[in-house]
Amino acid sequence: MERRVRRRYAAERRFRLFGLAAIVLSAGFLLFLLVTMMANGARGFVTTEVALSIDFPAAGLGLTPDRIRGPGGDLALAGAQLDAVVDRAAAAQYGAIGPALFSDGADTIVRRALKADPRLAVGRVRLWLPAASDVDTAAKADGTPLAEKRAQVLTDAGQLRTGFNWGFLSGSDSTDPTAVGIWGALKGSLLTMLVTLALAFPIGVLSALYLEEYAPRNRWTDLIEVSINNLAAVPSIIFGLLGLAVFLNTFHLPRSAALVGGLTLALMTMPVIVIASRNAIKAVPPSIRDAALALGASPVQVVFHHVLPLALPGILTGTIIGMARALGETAPLLMIGMRAFIATPPGKLTDPSTVLPVQIFLWSDEVSRGFIEKTSAAIIVLLVFLLAMNGIAIYLRNRFETRW
Amino acid sequence: MPTSALLFLVAGLGLIAWLSGRVRAIAFRKAPGQRFSSLPRHHGSFAAMWTVLPPLLFLAVWGACAPGLATNGVLKTPAAAQLPPPGFERAAILSEARAIANDHHRTPLNPLATRLAPAYAVEQSRYGWIGGATALLLGIAGGAFAFLRIRPGFNARTRIERIVMASLLAASLIAILTTIGIVASLLFESARFFGTVPITDFLFGRHWSPQVIDPRNPGASLGAVPLFWGTFFIGAVIAMLVAIPFGLMSAIYLTQYASPRLRAWMKPTLEILAGVPTVVYGYFAALVVGPALRQLGVAIGIPGATSESALAAGLVMGVMIIPFVSSMADDAIAAVPSAMRDGSLAMGATPSETISRVLLPAALPGVVGGVLLAISRAIGETMIVVMAASGAATISLNPFNSATTVTKQIVDLLTGEASFDSPKTLAAFALGMTLFVITLLLNIIALTVVKRYREAYE
Repeated sequence: MERRVRRRYAAERRFRLFGLAAIVLSAGFLLFLLVTMMANGARGFVTTEVALSIDFPAAGLGLTPDRIRGPGGDLALAGAQLDAVVDRAAAAQYGAIGPALFSDGADTIVRRALKADPRLAVGRVRLWLPAASDVDTAAKADGTPLAEKRAQVLTDAGQLRTGFNWGFLSGSDSTDPTAVGIWGALKGSLLTMLVTLALAFPIGVLSALYLEEYAPRNRWTDLIEVSINNLAAVPSIIFGLLGLAVFLNTFHLPRSAALVGGLTLALMTMPVIVIASRNAIKAVPPSIRDAALALGASPVQVVFHHVLPLALPGILTGTIIGMARALGETAPLLMIGMRAFIATPPGKLTDPSTVLPVQIFLWSDEVSRGFIEKTSAAIIVLLVFLLAMNGIAIYLRNRFETRW
Repeated sequence: MPTSALLFLVAGLGLIAWLSGRVRAIAFRKAPGQRFSSLPRHHGSFAAMWTVLPPLLFLAVWGACAPGLATNGVLKTPAAAQLPPPGFERAAILSEARAIANDHHRTPLNPLATRLAPAYAVEQSRYGWIGGATALLLGIAGGAFAFLRIRPGFNARTRIERIVMASLLAASLIAILTTIGIVASLLFESARFFGTVPITDFLFGRHWSPQVIDPRNPGASLGAVPLFWGTFFIGAVIAMLVAIPFGLMSAIYLTQYASPRLRAWMKPTLEILAGVPTVVYGYFAALVVGPALRQLGVAIGIPGATSESALAAGLVMGVMIIPFVSSMADDAIAAVPSAMRDGSLAMGATPSETISRVLLPAALPGVVGGVLLAISRAIGETMIVVMAASGAATISLNPFNSATTVTKQIVDLLTGEASFDSPKTLAAFALGMTLFVITLLLNIIALTVVKRYREAYE
């Protein structure tokens, strides 16, 4: 008897331990994922620069401060072969390997420096220019032995420095991992989310109000309910196929535009908002409605003056969670062509654009090692946005949720 | 007339109508001894709605038919006589001409398109002006009509409420429209696909290689069985082997054992796990899990171990599904009447015995329903398999071997440069149709099971 009880207690402890292990392992996986992304991504926010002295008069560009400041200065700067100047100066300073030390985007930095301060053009200047991708990874102790040795020599000579990569936050996609930025993708995401919110929120809330407050119980209402519940469970890629077939091939809207992406994601987000809004509306007690009706309010006034304001925190929580899901969504946007190489941030809704998750996907496909840290850095930015949105949703839920 | 300017004008008219309707209603109020059912702002809104809605509805319709009218106008010009007969080429030239007319900086490809562009610009601006003027006239007429209807006894509020109700109904119909849109587009394109490829070849063929399609017998290389197998193997077997034990045990621990403080911390953590975008999981699977599993496979001597293995995609997908299974199991266990639990504990059973012999059997239908929903979610998941699974369609029981899924193939087929009518593109829609039907069936079964079970205890 005693032994049996002991055995049962041991089984009890084992069972409990299994439960704890399941939780700890799940949380551990999350932690592992976050730590991996952080470790890789932190380096993506660091830029490596190598010093280069350029003698502009000797380069024979014919650029003078007056010419740069004067009319047609931009044209003259654009026409000057600054990439060749950089290559020659690099070869003169660092020998044959010199040109390979600098990023392909180095000449744009020189151009920007000349435009900001035309007086540089009269003499010899020392500029800090972005390093090439292999030097960059080597300076972060992740490159080939040869490149690392080279970077070490440069560092010892004071010709190499690292700093925060502002260009990563303000730039757009590029073929060179040292010159890429996420602003273009972020702006595309913002435009897409704007369209999604503008469509999915009103439509979702209005249909939730109708279904919960006014809809008669009949076959039509059942049909609407069944379609909303099913739409919430349809795989997101199916919405991409819908967007491709309807928006692109039937309505001939522009490919890879934020408008089409927003429309597609709105259809996907709407059922989520409807379901959350219905739950929030259901939670408003009937006594509120009865009181308003008894005072002579019309059914529309009851809903819009009393039920909706009381349900609003719950509705907003659901909307934010739905929008966070849409912000992290990739697959349907691939279907409607938002995977193009976009080097300039989109200006309007119909411009070709890409979004942050798709940009992550595109960078993850690149072979160059320099893209690994940029992909992880972009993931960090995306996760920061999503965590902030979820945090706001949880705060709203705790702050405003009323238990009746 | 640019659309933004037009919308601005319409909004301005609406504002004027609101103000004047309100002023007129206030003026009527001066007369003594009357009772009103509506406030002045209701009258104002009534006038504004009559001013704004007709032009907007008209513009929506006009926007759909004006391009056709403009194209007809262009076709009557002499330059259009050189256009090729109706078909794909003609449509391409016309759409290019339209693009050049809208955007002067474009470099033209086809000289004919350049010559047609000015005609297009003329026609477009003509129909634009006609549409804009009509819309404004409609707005003014509607506003005047509403303004004249405002009388002391006029009940503007019920009119507005009727419009509000109509818009509520219209909003809820969008869900049905979306469903119809999905079903129609999938059915339509799939029907075209099955017009060239026999449905039996597609459903039962065991060879999938869409890169080389024999035009005489396209069905021979479009057999989807390897994809169905890979989807089932990754989504329903490997992922569930991870998600069910972990999800179930976390739910049991959190509901039965954990202290309130631990629960308050762990539940949001699991929710975060559910909120991480799938592209992040996919990248993690491709960067860390896949190579690690390949090394493991090579180390224990498994032939054909690849870094794009079914195991890598399935494992990460399983982790992604854990919170989902956990929350479904949580609901199912919470729905079991506490009398059953208390009875079992009172008979001297330990908590674990109560859970495994009383709570779980009682909650089983709910758990099964949740698992079915989880499977439907796993097989529809795209980004993890796109990034971590391979494109090679093989049928293999070895989890270290490569496997491909329906969703991965849809993405691969549609992101190439094939034209929209090729069997390759249409095959993606047929795969989408299959996926849609399977997930729909799984959802319906799961929801029925869950509903029955809930009714049993209510």
